[in-house]
Amino acid sequence: MTLLAIDWILLIEKLILIAIIVFASLGIALYTTFAERKVAAILQDRPGPNRAGPFGLLQPFADGLKLIMKEEVIPNTANKFLFVLGPGLAMTAALMTCAVIPWSSQVHLFNRTIDLQVADINIGILYVFGVVSMGVYGIMIGGWASNNKFSLMAALRGASQAISYELAMGLSLIAVLMISGSLSLKTIVDQQMAPGHLWNVAYQPLGFLIFFICALAECNRTPFDLPEAENELNFGYHQEYSSMKLGFYLFSEYVNMIMSSAIMASLFFGGFDIPFLDESTLAPNLAAGLGVLALLVKIAIFIFVFMWIRWTVPRFRYDQLMNLGWKKMIPLALVNMLITGAVILWLQGK
Amino acid sequence: MIEILFFFLSALAVFSAIMVLVSKNPVHSVLWLIAVFFAISGHYVLLNAQFLAIVNLIVYAGAIMVLFLFVIMLMNLNTETEPQKHIWMKLAGVISGGCFLMMLISLVRQAVEMGGRKAMMAEGDIGLIKNLGKMLFSEYVVPFEITSILFLSAMVGAVVIGKKH
Repeated sequence: MTLLAIDWILLIEKLILIAIIVFASLGIALYTTFAERKVAAILQDRPGPNRAGPFGLLQPFADGLKLIMKEEVIPNTANKFLFVLGPGLAMTAALMTCAVIPWSSQVHLFNRTIDLQVADINIGILYVFGVVSMGVYGIMIGGWASNNKFSLMAALRGASQAISYELAMGLSLIAVLMISGSLSLKTIVDQQMAPGHLWNVAYQPLGFLIFFICALAECNRTPFDLPEAENELNFGYHQEYSSMKLGFYLFSEYVNMIMSSAIMASLFFGGFDIPFLDESTLAPNLAAGLGVLALLVKIAIFIFVFMWIRWTVPRFRYDQLMNLGWKKMIPLALVNMLITGAVILWLQGK
Repeated sequence: MIEILFFFLSALAVFSAIMVLVSKNPVHSVLWLIAVFFAISGHYVLLNAQFLAIVNLIVYAGAIMVLFLFVIMLMNLNTETEPQKHIWMKLAGVISGGCFLMMLISLVRQAVEMGGRKAMMAEGDIGLIKNLGKMLFSEYVVPFEITSILFLSAMVGAVVIGKKH
């Protein structure tokens, strides 16, 4: 049948790649929860979880098992379908981002050249924005379907926070795009890897700072974790959730953290670039492997900084949050954009 | 393959659009409307207009519909509080809507430039961001700037309305 003329090998290759990336992300997220507890313990000068397995390394599996074995409760007055849809949407949106992240350069296997990126689309970074803006629905639908005042309040807070900080994030990104002249993440990373070109953070320090703060807000991390402010809202938008549905919400936050770290590493810190090393001198497969490792190290550093901030800085008040987003971040991002544009024009005219 | 996708997306768009109207709960209507936007974005991708597709998702599905959902959730509309219109009003609405549809169909059928035309699938690269940007800032620069002034005045208007005094 000519109607279904698909490159089957390419399809299988991509499916395997997707499976590997999704499971790897989930696996890393699993251990990020463990890392969070350990980092909290270190910062608070206590041992942290150390009972399950050596150094408590089996703790995330014990937690996961506990969540699955718990009784599943759907409140009587809840909207059943949307109540189940909420956590699913949150998780899907969190995982969808990984499609455009370039995990490394190409590997050669079985006489094929395989890109370690699911899809190199020419609107890469806008796709990420699209998915991030979808992530709000998971929170909103879950919060509304629970039919609980606190959940609804938290959901509205989460949505307005996400929308407010998305703007500043987009504006800070425009400055990066002005330098690179491309929306494809792969092209942006390749440009940073080119000899004689520094990482984008060297050209855009202010842009990176704005992006980082907005990423914190988008992931609902402290000091921006108002949707889960337990002393005002009991437990936040997932108040009525139990069992693995609650697990999905908690877990999607960690997946979001990993993905936003990967995006920041790709945009500002050279992606899978290893500093002070010319990758083209290595064998391609070795270079690709080392590239994945380099990206993972960068992600780990970002995640550590996220946690460090969480256990150091107290939560904002709601009006402070909105003031920071609209009256400080957006003007700052606009100024950054103007300066970048002026410098680019000046360099072209020289 | 593209044809299968086209028919799937079209069916999804029409079905979701009908569900927007049929749903009793306003929140469900909004969610179905988001599904419509997704289907339309899929059509844009088929037409090789990736930028348009993703901007449609970011702006409409990602921002405007969130605000919509916001308002509806806060107003707590449901089937009981929905205003019930008189049967004659409904009938009049159906008739006038039907007339409008018939007029549109006859217009499209008789239009000269539509005769024998087909949408180009996955062809042309005007929808790619680079070409679109060049086009907007060279050939269509005046309409583009006028649109931006319109947006600015809308923003100023929103701020004025939003202020307490």
